[in-house]
Amino acid sequence: MAKATDVKKFTGTPGQIRRQRIEQSGAIVIILLMSVWMLANLIKAPEQFVQVAISGLRNGLIYALIALGYTLVYGIIELINFAHGDLFMLSAIFSSFFITYWIGADQSNPKGWLAFASCLVAVMIFGAVVNVLIERLAYRRLRKAPRLAPLITAVGMSFLLNFIGLKWNGSTPRQWPTVIPSGDIYIGEIRISLITLWLFLIGLPLLLALNYLVTNTKQGKAMRATSQDKDASTLMGINVNKTIAFTFALGGAMAGAAGLLYQQSIGTTSYNLGFQLGLIAFTSAVLGGIGNLWGAVVGGLLIGLIQGLNDGLPYAFGQQWSQSVVFTILIIILVFRPAGLLGKAVTEKV
Amino acid sequence: MAKTTAPSNVAKSNRKWITGYSIIGVLLFITYQFLLPWEGLPLGIYDAIYQWMPPSAINESLVYIIMALGLNIVVGYAGLLDLGYVAFWAIGGYCAGWFMSEFFYFLNINFLGSVPAEAPGIHINFWMVLLIGGFICALFGILIGAPTLRLKSDYLALVTLGFGEIIPQVFFNGENFFGYNISNGTKGIVMVDPIPVGVKNLGPFDFGWKLLIFLFLTAVMVFISLRLRRGRLGRAWLAIREDELAASMMGVPLMRTKLSAYAVGAFAGGLGGVAFATHVNGVYAERFNFTISIFLLAMVVLGGMGNVWGVILGAFILSWVNGNGLTAFGQLYNDRFGTDIDFASFTFLLFGLVLILMMLFKREGLLPESRLKLMLHEGELDDEDASSSKKKVGK
Repeated sequence: MAKATDVKKFTGTPGQIRRQRIEQSGAIVIILLMSVWMLANLIKAPEQFVQVAISGLRNGLIYALIALGYTLVYGIIELINFAHGDLFMLSAIFSSFFITYWIGADQSNPKGWLAFASCLVAVMIFGAVVNVLIERLAYRRLRKAPRLAPLITAVGMSFLLNFIGLKWNGSTPRQWPTVIPSGDIYIGEIRISLITLWLFLIGLPLLLALNYLVTNTKQGKAMRATSQDKDASTLMGINVNKTIAFTFALGGAMAGAAGLLYQQSIGTTSYNLGFQLGLIAFTSAVLGGIGNLWGAVVGGLLIGLIQGLNDGLPYAFGQQWSQSVVFTILIIILVFRPAGLLGKAVTEKV
Repeated sequence: MAKTTAPSNVAKSNRKWITGYSIIGVLLFITYQFLLPWEGLPLGIYDAIYQWMPPSAINESLVYIIMALGLNIVVGYAGLLDLGYVAFWAIGGYCAGWFMSEFFYFLNINFLGSVPAEAPGIHINFWMVLLIGGFICALFGILIGAPTLRLKSDYLALVTLGFGEIIPQVFFNGENFFGYNISNGTKGIVMVDPIPVGVKNLGPFDFGWKLLIFLFLTAVMVFISLRLRRGRLGRAWLAIREDELAASMMGVPLMRTKLSAYAVGAFAGGLGGVAFATHVNGVYAERFNFTISIFLLAMVVLGGMGNVWGVILGAFILSWVNGNGLTAFGQLYNDRFGTDIDFASFTFLLFGLVLILMMLFKREGLLPESRLKLMLHEGELDDEDASSSKKKVGK
């Protein structure tokens, strides 16, 4: 009896325990520093703080939608799909052309809203189709190849989409009219633009729908099974190719929706948009824990918030260091906690 | 018997390239230094050379070759994907900017420099700056690598990408880096000292002589690459590239070996950065962007990862296409067919297609390295084995 109580629960080898301690203390230090920074800013300029936080969260929602595509694809075939950011860029250009030229709506009236609604459907289909095509033409052939091959292919694919964007959009950024209602509402001193509200009204249901699809449907179950073990799921009668294609379609649809929302809220498109936003979105996915759906959402919102605060607050590095701040976060996360905030550390299987 | 002859064979095959390389180098040098300014040269040939391969283009492609050889050590030998190689180019370039110009005008340090001693700024001899740039880059390679090299391959690629974005941004915003001016920001550092070669100082327009120097630097990189590959370290890199776990079981120290790959690769980046700064006679922050990293990667992939000659070929082709070939071809095409197509904008398409098609159909590159070829088709070989054994079972 006494012997049984002596047996301690196994928590890891000494090395693992040491690493966990480093991770924990590092996390505490970083969180402390962050909260000191935020508090200092909050005291200095409270209204400005809330203002930039809201606009940061708005960008964060778009990052989250893109990050979902990264996380879904990484979860199922362990590929960093570099082309995903550029798919988002193409979707943004697609929606601009769809609304402004093909439907001809340039004002916020019922016609414009109708155009927006139909564009949401069209651009999601567009993103899904393009992403599935990319998977079918390139990545599927490389599924058995060493890790380096699909990764380099993805970089090449990103260049290819960049080229399409360059030819479609032109080499200079383009300004587009927006069709969703603009205007502001005030809560006390704080101004919230209607566009932000609309973004959340459209984005959040999408996130919930995706979550439902992955956790509660048969197709979602197939996706989760495939991500765990492809051979075993083949034996269980799951069509692995179809499931992977479906995952790409879901990710593409999310990128499509993000493209529309970005185009409508910012109003400009340019061909090199995808690279920067894609990287930021990927950082969000890693921050939240890659492969974890809610992780991507939380990570996206957090990165958006941090970026917004950095760009707009009195005690901060300022906009010209925006990229560096985001990538520093990426590196810190990868070094100290590769599993991300919500992810669970998994030991590498051999 | 075999044991005693093997080393001399190895040594011989290891040096055989020097003769061929020198002949090509001397021919190129004679063409650009003596033939091109010669008045007896038919105008047609002169124009053709200037349209298709002007002196500045060949020098630039040599700089790209130096860089690609450095990246080849990281990607081709050690199998670590580096997507931020441009960071080393930038650091090397700014080393030239700091130590070979009037940028630090408040100082007056002259160490065997090629300008009068009373000139303001730091002026260190070009050959020493090459070494300084190389070693500073190697140091940065180790600094970047040390915390990150235990990550999995794709995470490592991302971290390098992150550094490849951060370091150029530091230089881009460097006019006010915590109150200090470290890079002149977007204005860049203009006027780098000429290269002293004893009798003469080579300014920005001495293309012919500089060609000789760049050829020499390339030869140094080729020599380093080939020698290292045959040695203990190179074999350890290849082992890690092929199977990390097996290599570590065999007693290859993973961290140290990977770090040394990073350091040597970064060293080449520093050499190339200094060389490029003297080539364009300045350092410009906006030149260092992600596209360059991908260009270099495409060069290594096209030529054949791990094979020095393949990488040289790939780098030469792609840098020529990117710098001069595509515009020259576009001009010819537009003149011939009366069209007005902007061929320069097709670089994205070209580089993207090179990466995708090479990976899909010829993963080992134009001049493949036999070992890598086997490794890259391992999965397919397994499939073939499986299917053939199935057939046997069926019979």
